[in-house]
Amino acid sequence: MHKIFHFYGGVHPKESKVSSGVAIVDAPLYPLYTVPLSMHIGAPAKSLVAVGDTVLRGQQIGEPASFVSSTIHSPTSGKVKSIGTCLGPAGTQLPCVVIEADGQDTPADPLTPITDWRNTDPAILRARVAAAGIVGMGGASFPTPVKLSIPPGKTIDTLIINGVECEPCLTADHRLMLENPKMILEGVEMVANMLGVQNVFIGIENNKPDAIEVLTKEATAYTAPAIHVVPLKVRYPQGAEKQLIYAITKRQVPSGGLPADVHCVVQNIGSSCAIAEAVILGKPLYERVTTVTGTPLVAPGNWRFRVGTPYAEAIKLAGGLKEGAQIAKLISGGPMMGMTVYSQSVPVMKNTSGILLMGPDEVKQYTSKACLRCGRCNDVCPMQLMPGILSVQIENERFDDAQSWHVMDCIECGCCAYTCPAGRPLVQHMRRAKSEVGAKLRAQKAAADAAAKAKAEAAAKAAGAEAPKADK
Amino acid sequence: MSDEAKELNKAPQPATAPAAPAVDPNAPLPPRHQLIVSSSPHFHTHSTVDSIMRWVLIALAPACLAAIYFFGFGAVRVLAICVVACLVFEFLSAKAMDRSNELKDGSAAVTGLLLGMNLPSNTPWWICVIGCFMAIVVGKMIYGGLGCNPFNPALIGRVALLIAFPVVMTTWPMPRIPASLAKPAEQVMPVASATPQHKGEQVSVMPVTTSTPLKFSKLARTELTGDKVLENSTIPIQKGEVSYWQLFLGIGKGGSLGETCGLALLIGVLILIYLNIVRWQIPVCYLGTVVIITGIAWLANPSAYASPLFHLLTGGLLLGAFFMATDMVTTPLSRLGAIWFGVGCGVLTACIRLWGSYPEGVSFSILIMNAFTPMIDRYTAGTPFGMPKKKGIKMPK
Repeated sequence: MHKIFHFYGGVHPKESKVSSGVAIVDAPLYPLYTVPLSMHIGAPAKSLVAVGDTVLRGQQIGEPASFVSSTIHSPTSGKVKSIGTCLGPAGTQLPCVVIEADGQDTPADPLTPITDWRNTDPAILRARVAAAGIVGMGGASFPTPVKLSIPPGKTIDTLIINGVECEPCLTADHRLMLENPKMILEGVEMVANMLGVQNVFIGIENNKPDAIEVLTKEATAYTAPAIHVVPLKVRYPQGAEKQLIYAITKRQVPSGGLPADVHCVVQNIGSSCAIAEAVILGKPLYERVTTVTGTPLVAPGNWRFRVGTPYAEAIKLAGGLKEGAQIAKLISGGPMMGMTVYSQSVPVMKNTSGILLMGPDEVKQYTSKACLRCGRCNDVCPMQLMPGILSVQIENERFDDAQSWHVMDCIECGCCAYTCPAGRPLVQHMRRAKSEVGAKLRAQKAAADAAAKAKAEAAAKAAGAEAPKADK
Repeated sequence: MSDEAKELNKAPQPATAPAAPAVDPNAPLPPRHQLIVSSSPHFHTHSTVDSIMRWVLIALAPACLAAIYFFGFGAVRVLAICVVACLVFEFLSAKAMDRSNELKDGSAAVTGLLLGMNLPSNTPWWICVIGCFMAIVVGKMIYGGLGCNPFNPALIGRVALLIAFPVVMTTWPMPRIPASLAKPAEQVMPVASATPQHKGEQVSVMPVTTSTPLKFSKLARTELTGDKVLENSTIPIQKGEVSYWQLFLGIGKGGSLGETCGLALLIGVLILIYLNIVRWQIPVCYLGTVVIITGIAWLANPSAYASPLFHLLTGGLLLGAFFMATDMVTTPLSRLGAIWFGVGCGVLTACIRLWGSYPEGVSFSILIMNAFTPMIDRYTAGTPFGMPKKKGIKMPK
């Protein structure tokens, strides 16, 4: 395939993917794992263990608390030391189970491997995905079983696998594609079968020609359905769900809609691999590949970490800091959308695609100046909003105006703030407006629901009052 | 928080790494309070307000050098007075408004330079200072400083002076003509001063008060009629005395400091377009519209109207289209908006030049379009991704 696919807007930050040549290494065992019970969007999982319990590697320690939730498994064998809260990457306290490793790493009885999965009922496969606690491993960590249960009335004809890895610095997905292409493709076929789709695409940015080559070669073995590897232009945010769907299918996910509205499902490379491992090997999701990188580090690389590993250990694993180097920012994720954390005790979670360190010389702190109206944010916004105008409205707390200028469509990719010469914190402004407008919309909906309910009750009462008369 | 979790938060835990193959596992890690927490993104382009203004200054340099070449010390004097006066006014306004002054961002220097480039080289110093006051204080700082002004400050200064001191602002010393191109005195174009009784006076090369070629075209049209224009034309170009090429280079053309050398202006604007500081849509649409409208008039009646090329190369059109109409702060945000802005400026300029009472319409047309900018922004707001196609944002009720 020679055509290069892309989308509107976007930026091209320095790629800095220094660890792309470093093979994935299994991280050693640590004495203590802090396993958050909320490593996904939705309700935190309910703990199934008590302090003092002995747990084994892969044993279920948390069960989903609602439909949108996930299962949690122990990363190693040992004793539950405590159940409490820990600091998450977003700066909030998350419920967690602290496990003291016994060093034996004794595995629990695995889930039964389903080797003949091609002839297995998709419902059983979906149940396995749920039992293995699979979530989207690209960052948003949306529970995969929910994504794979298509809401009634929607039809899916296209599966897109996201191997874009458009965030600078990160190389975890790249290495996974190079080192584990077979498992990934098995997972892709599984998902395609579960969804019953015929069009399957793997989108990979053009800066990973080796991954494109390996996957294209391996994908020739898959014919039902055929898996197409699509090279994409190197442009951030190519890996954003809506942008990726548009680049490959030219379909626009409607404002406020979901990929299912344009008959697409998007899955991450890491999740596909985890799904295949859960089905074929019966291995639940308790470890993931994470890039540890940054200029202050001696040896950036890619490691397979168990969930609950504190960032401090990851930093040590990457050789610690260079002579005289300092950390100014510690980031969970990539440089464009990652979250800064203020403690190195934050644990690796199912969605931690990278741990990025920035030195003081790389971190520029800007004073926000008045908007110059240079229009660059306008040129790069992949959602074609007008961030400059929005930010002025939001600064003046004109949230209604911001809503009518479509602030709710912002995907917080950070292109605008990346390019702003006045150093305006545009993404922060958008987030503020989105939470304000979101709260307003929820209040309106609640009020409308309450009114509808009251009206229905009144109607029922009236009907009830009339019914006895009718009986007479 | 449990004790364990608390203990865990006391990062780092140097003794707990069993198998870290670290080069220096015990390298000092900063305590948590030293880590910076901020909203994403954590990368940034190196472009800042300061760097943009620095590039604009660099882009203005060729035109300034050309001005100094053509007008000598007078040009240096006017430009220096304007830049210094603008910086002083910016500083004083910031003090008076109790704001941190932003002198180092260079925007005041850009305004000063642009204003200076819009003045004749023999402008008295106090007029320059008044212009700078109007530009910086009235045109920019009272609105809240850089980024908040609705109108181009340098143009506010220029128009204020144009209205207050019309004679000073429209009589220009004759630029120096390079020796190689100098003609014997009797062949030099007849030059009229702004007052008609001096019209036709033969002048030699060096500084004599003169008028821009544009003024000739207007005088010619108002005072002479029909084919007499061609015979007695004071439009040097129509008498074949000055070629378009010479007009483009600024040879033998009176005018404000920055207006003379089209080549220098073009070099400057190309730098800015390359750096994405100027959106090419504005100058291209502006000049294109002027050429089309004046071209139609010229084709309809070539004896009464000057050719589009003449319009393009005379007066402040190039300076205005390249450096004034492209000011970021006062022009629309979107590229589509920039097109409309450029077309609007072009229509207004052409109309003022062809039918207005002022010989020059660039400043007025840009200022008028500045006022339309918020409206253009509203109507050219793009359709966001995933929205049904519709134009603009609805007015709030």
